[in-house]
Amino acid sequence: MTGSRPGREDPPEKNQVDGTPLLSVQRMTVSYDGTPAVSDVSLDVTPGEIVAIVGESGSGKTTVIRAVLGLLPSSGQVSSGDIRYEGRSLLDLDQAQWLDLRRHRMSMVFQDTGAMLNPVRRIGAQFVEYIRTAEPDVTRAQARERAEAMLERMALPDPRRVMDSYAFELSGGMRQRVGIAMAMTFQPALLLADEPTSALDVTMQAQIVRQMLALRRQEGTAIMIVTHNLGVAAHMADTIMVMRAGHVLELGPTDQIIDHPTHEYTASLLASMPSL
Amino acid sequence: MDARWLARRLGQILVVLVGISFITFVLVWLAPGDPAQAMYTSQGITPTPEMVEEMRARLGLDKPFLTQYVTWLGNCLHGNFGTSYSLNKPVTDLMLARLWPTIKLALASLVLMLLVAVPLGMAAAVRQGSVIDHLARGFSFLGVSMPNFWFGLLLIWAVALKLGLLPVVSTGKGLDQLIMPAVTLAFAMIGRYTRQVRTAVLEELNQDYVIGARARGMSERTILWRHVLPNAQLPLLTLLGLSLGSLLGGTAVVEVVFSYPGLGNMAVSAVTSYDYPLVQTYVLWIALIYMVINLLVDISYARLDPRVRRGARS
Ligand SMILES: Nc1ncnc2c1ncn2[C@@H]1O[C@H](COP(=O)(O)OP(=O)(O)O)[C@@H](O)[C@H]1O
Ligand SMILES: [Mg+2]
Repeated sequence: MTGSRPGREDPPEKNQVDGTPLLSVQRMTVSYDGTPAVSDVSLDVTPGEIVAIVGESGSGKTTVIRAVLGLLPSSGQVSSGDIRYEGRSLLDLDQAQWLDLRRHRMSMVFQDTGAMLNPVRRIGAQFVEYIRTAEPDVTRAQARERAEAMLERMALPDPRRVMDSYAFELSGGMRQRVGIAMAMTFQPALLLADEPTSALDVTMQAQIVRQMLALRRQEGTAIMIVTHNLGVAAHMADTIMVMRAGHVLELGPTDQIIDHPTHEYTASLLASMPSL
Repeated sequence: MDARWLARRLGQILVVLVGISFITFVLVWLAPGDPAQAMYTSQGITPTPEMVEEMRARLGLDKPFLTQYVTWLGNCLHGNFGTSYSLNKPVTDLMLARLWPTIKLALASLVLMLLVAVPLGMAAAVRQGSVIDHLARGFSFLGVSMPNFWFGLLLIWAVALKLGLLPVVSTGKGLDQLIMPAVTLAFAMIGRYTRQVRTAVLEELNQDYVIGARARGMSERTILWRHVLPNAQLPLLTLLGLSLGSLLGGTAVVEVVFSYPGLGNMAVSAVTSYDYPLVQTYVLWIALIYMVINLLVDISYARLDPRVRRGARS
């Protein structure tokens, strides 16, 4: 429709100028043990664009996002189609290229960052390890400083204490902010987020969403966010992709999807939409 | 996990030790066979009834039960565990002479085992179904199914007799004497622990934090050594404690095969010669090491797992 809905921010200028996709998923099919779980998915993400993937549980959202990061479980495989990122196919990257990509160009925030961190090592140690793996020349002290600065940017009170904590000692909201802080350290061109706010209460959800929007504004980071909260999607995204049973049901500008859903399914999702 | 906790644990150990001392004393008291008689017999003497009576009086065996126990316990607390009936020497000296070789053998075999089992188990887990996994499996099977004494004899035959690399009979003093018994003990444990390490590592590789580490661009080697191993060692700690305990109790069969002067060897002959003071002291030692190791395992868990140390439910 005309005009953006209140609360949603306009994407940064440069997006509207630069139309070449950062990420291009082309007719991708992903199979687990030969059985397709996600079929014929096509999707472009331009620099700085926010794309929300919505759909019921089991519809294939996580599969899409993990395929992009090359982190499907060993039984999973992109069985046809292509994923192109910054102009090259991700399907024929070797291990070293994948490591480089994940260290510098693309990062991921999970639903529960706590579970994605080693339970017996301190947050700080793992943050420093991450920074020094990506940039081996950085000293431990420098890495620590940088990590604390990132945590501070995520509005985490007392970053020192967070660094000295173990994942289980932080609240869900704090853990998610740690996850985003780590994921944003190297200003990747693309941030993948798989239900980053699902485990949080409404206030915390809003805060995390605000922080991701700020990142896009400041760094021009493109974000691909999986959420089953259409409120979050409507608030954040420029583009919404609706999935059901491994297929893309609808894909289009947020306003269009929200105001004129072409599918009954999307309409029913909208009807049960929680407000943010 | 603080000083009070430690004091309570040490107190518990003391109470249990006293309890066990009482039980062993009762059992020995009830057991058939007269130690005074046994003492002469073991020295090749056939005593007259008068000689037996006199010996019984000297050993305090004619006193009431409780008096005997209290006397014995008081002596124990002063480091005097009595005189061995069969060897006619202070039990304390006999135990101490066997203790150091036993500890050496236990630690050597445990370290040797870890040096092989940890890398092998990890390799088998990382490359499931590969040649190395099958080799590890075969090796484990051999280690578990081959009796200790047989492997020991094979080792003596090959290394000492055929190759002449090491002495056949050990004295427990030098490193050469330690090698073969340690290898024999390690061999059996390697089989079990390789499987355990493999299982634990596989379990950890399935955890979400591994995916998290991959997503952060960690190399597989970093993930394995810095993330998976520190977690995988936790379920193995208890097991290691049990192994250490049984090794420190002495390993009779292997000690006999290699004529190694360890505790196991001594315990067996103490039992067969009704050497009650020696048996009692040995039982107390076993109880002590198991409880101390148990305590050490708990302390290690607290040190290695912040969820235990900082009191979270995992
Ligand atoms: N490791 C796996 N092995 C086999 N099937 C899987 C695996 N992971 C997901 N699937 C299947 O793929 C489909 C999509 O799952 P998923 O991508 O997790 O959906 P969503 O994130 O939308 O809930 C589901 O039918 C699920 O059962
Ligand atoms: Mg999912």
